[in-house]
Amino acid sequence: MTTITDTVPVAAPASARTGRRGSRARHGNRGYVFVAPFLVCFLLLFLLPLGYAAYLSLFKDRLVGGTVFVGLANYARAVQDPQLIDGVLRVALFFLIQVPIMLAVALFAALAIDSGLLRVASLFRLGIFIPYAVPSVVATLMWGYLYGPDFGPLAQLGDRLGFTAPDLLSSTSMLSSLGNVVTWEFAGYNMIILYAALRTVPADRYEAAAVDGAGAWRTAWHIKIPALRPALLLCLIFSVIGSFQLFAEPNLLQRLAPTVINSSYTPNLYAYRLAFTSQEVNYAAAVSFLLGFVILVVSYVVLFSTSRSRRR
Amino acid sequence: MPTSIKHVSRRRLLAVTAAATAAVVVLAGCSGSSTSSGPAATSAVSQADIDKAMTTPTTLTFWTWVPDIQKEVALFAKKYPAVKVNVVNAGQGTDAYTKLRTALKAGKGAPDLAQIEYQYIPTFSITKSLVDLRPYGAAANQSKFVDWTWRQVTGPNGEILAYPQDTGPMGMLYRADLFDKYGITVPKTWDEFTAAARKLHAANPKVYLTNLAANEAAAWHGLMWQAGSKPYTVEGTTVGLAVNDAASKKVADYWGGLVKDGVVSTDPDFTDTWFQGFNSGKYATWLTAAWGPVFLSGSAKSTSGKWRAAPLPQWAAGKSTSGNWGGSTSAVIKGTQNPIAAAKFAEFLNTDPETATMFNTVQNFFPATKALLADSAFAGQKSAFFGGQQVNQLFADIGSTVDSGWQWPPFLDQSVKDWTETSGTALANKTDVAAATDQWQSRLTTYAKDQGFTVQGG
Repeated sequence: MTTITDTVPVAAPASARTGRRGSRARHGNRGYVFVAPFLVCFLLLFLLPLGYAAYLSLFKDRLVGGTVFVGLANYARAVQDPQLIDGVLRVALFFLIQVPIMLAVALFAALAIDSGLLRVASLFRLGIFIPYAVPSVVATLMWGYLYGPDFGPLAQLGDRLGFTAPDLLSSTSMLSSLGNVVTWEFAGYNMIILYAALRTVPADRYEAAAVDGAGAWRTAWHIKIPALRPALLLCLIFSVIGSFQLFAEPNLLQRLAPTVINSSYTPNLYAYRLAFTSQEVNYAAAVSFLLGFVILVVSYVVLFSTSRSRRR
Repeated sequence: MPTSIKHVSRRRLLAVTAAATAAVVVLAGCSGSSTSSGPAATSAVSQADIDKAMTTPTTLTFWTWVPDIQKEVALFAKKYPAVKVNVVNAGQGTDAYTKLRTALKAGKGAPDLAQIEYQYIPTFSITKSLVDLRPYGAAANQSKFVDWTWRQVTGPNGEILAYPQDTGPMGMLYRADLFDKYGITVPKTWDEFTAAARKLHAANPKVYLTNLAANEAAAWHGLMWQAGSKPYTVEGTTVGLAVNDAASKKVADYWGGLVKDGVVSTDPDFTDTWFQGFNSGKYATWLTAAWGPVFLSGSAKSTSGKWRAAPLPQWAAGKSTSGNWGGSTSAVIKGTQNPIAAAKFAEFLNTDPETATMFNTVQNFFPATKALLADSAFAGQKSAFFGGQQVNQLFADIGSTVDSGWQWPPFLDQSVKDWTETSGTALANKTDVAAATDQWQSRLTTYAKDQGFTVQGG
């Protein structure tokens, strides 16, 4: 079999070679000047609110009696809260089913577009990406209409042809319907990431494969997919965070199915309703941190399990 | 990259994080819930002060979602040109209240006046966010308003917290043509309503006698109100909760039964599907408030002339009681820098005969003032949408049968959320609504206790 040896030249930085300490320090300072605007925004818009939320989660602001310090009582309550546990399990189920499907679709699309067998590949690339450009509010409203049990297209088709269309907004189908909307929205985004990663695969590998007599499918299986490993991992991590934070789509479909999507359908929705409807801002902060911790754990598990297989 | 720089950057990162945390702690310590108490008066304000305030150039901010209210505001501007009113639409209902609560908590950004529905007044009075209007001569206006509306805006110690603007006594709008077609007589009691529902649905499975929206807690409360339920009693920080009292359970069992039999639909209201339902004749009646007729005439134009209005079916033959659904007030918000001007604007907006008439003719509100309700031009109006019936007179009569003993809790948002997730869901899933009502009670009691209230009953 043909083998390729990757030769990536490593250049030692000039300042280390000449050993001039002064210029090295100047290099370092200049770097911080460039990073400073981001750091300021990061501090003001991310770290400070995070810190304030952590501070809030240690208190309890009651309608009668004002604010009292309760330590970790909010967290203890959150861990035992059946509504929160329900919500977390629901988004976990959503993640386990929707994300593999979406990544499979994105992978297939990226491979197809990269294979060079499509005539107007750029059109497909744009077409699959456009749903991502549609704001999620618009997308959900549109899908809400399409799913409509009385006047949506499926229902009208059912009317015409004489069968009763399944109620896609009922409690049994709601999660799948949401999964459909989210897949439609984000498959294009993931496809672009995978496609970009495919473009960086060195061409000599394809030549080697061609020399060995591999067709398009075998090239995809043995060369492209292994090369996509880091990109797939990236998409997977994004999807973990995205699906556990599911909020916009259930929030908008709630208007159409208010008794199916209750206030604790997803943990993020629960935290939002706690803060703004029940005015339990402190408990909402605790719930948000707990959700963040869950996402952290899941991300770590995902990273750990995939890196272990690589070491093997 | 040389490793020494990596070390430096990590130390730097730790330093930055430590500084950030310290800053947060300092900031959090400095900030606190600052409820800036504006210069609201505690004793009666003299006429001289009032005159002075009304002639000093002032700007008031008024949060309201009433459409075209500029017309009424213009009348105020004609009388008091020095006081300018900025009308801001901060969203409708719960959206506006969320913003108002946020602004009040932040200590700035709150308006001078806000439109607050009757049911939300306790929610804002518990946080002491509404200005007592008694020092500004509010008590003199009591006789102008329908009794139960005045009771709704009166606080636990006799404070007057807002001026009533409009009301929503509940009645029944029905499709006379569908009733004739299927041989249904207008039901006068709930038993008759059940029989009519079964008969109608058996004759045409695509038509329902009514739609009881599974997400409309306000309508459900109105029906509880009619049945004589007293779910909330508020005495300062002591609340009596009995959302599952006998009358409430009676309502729950009644509608649970109809829904289980499938003779009544539970589609969420104010959605496209629901509007289509009216236009296509899916719903033969609508149990709604006095603002319903005009709303319907705008949303179901294709059915014009086919509707009639009648009182709600009663629990006992010969009785006539009703509940209320909706209606707003104008309240002055604590922290306003212009309490006199704001109080007088609220008074003018809701008591002046010209504005009151305009609210009815332009915005089609149902009046809260006795004068307009008795006005022959108003009461004698014949509505073409209702085949020439004098709908205003009917609802004015219904309005006088609304029980004035009803109270709202200081956490209605929570109660609505709990109702939707228990009873509302039971309606939608056709399960036991009475059992769900017990769940509603227990959830609400837990919340109230958690928030520091002393809870009685339940």
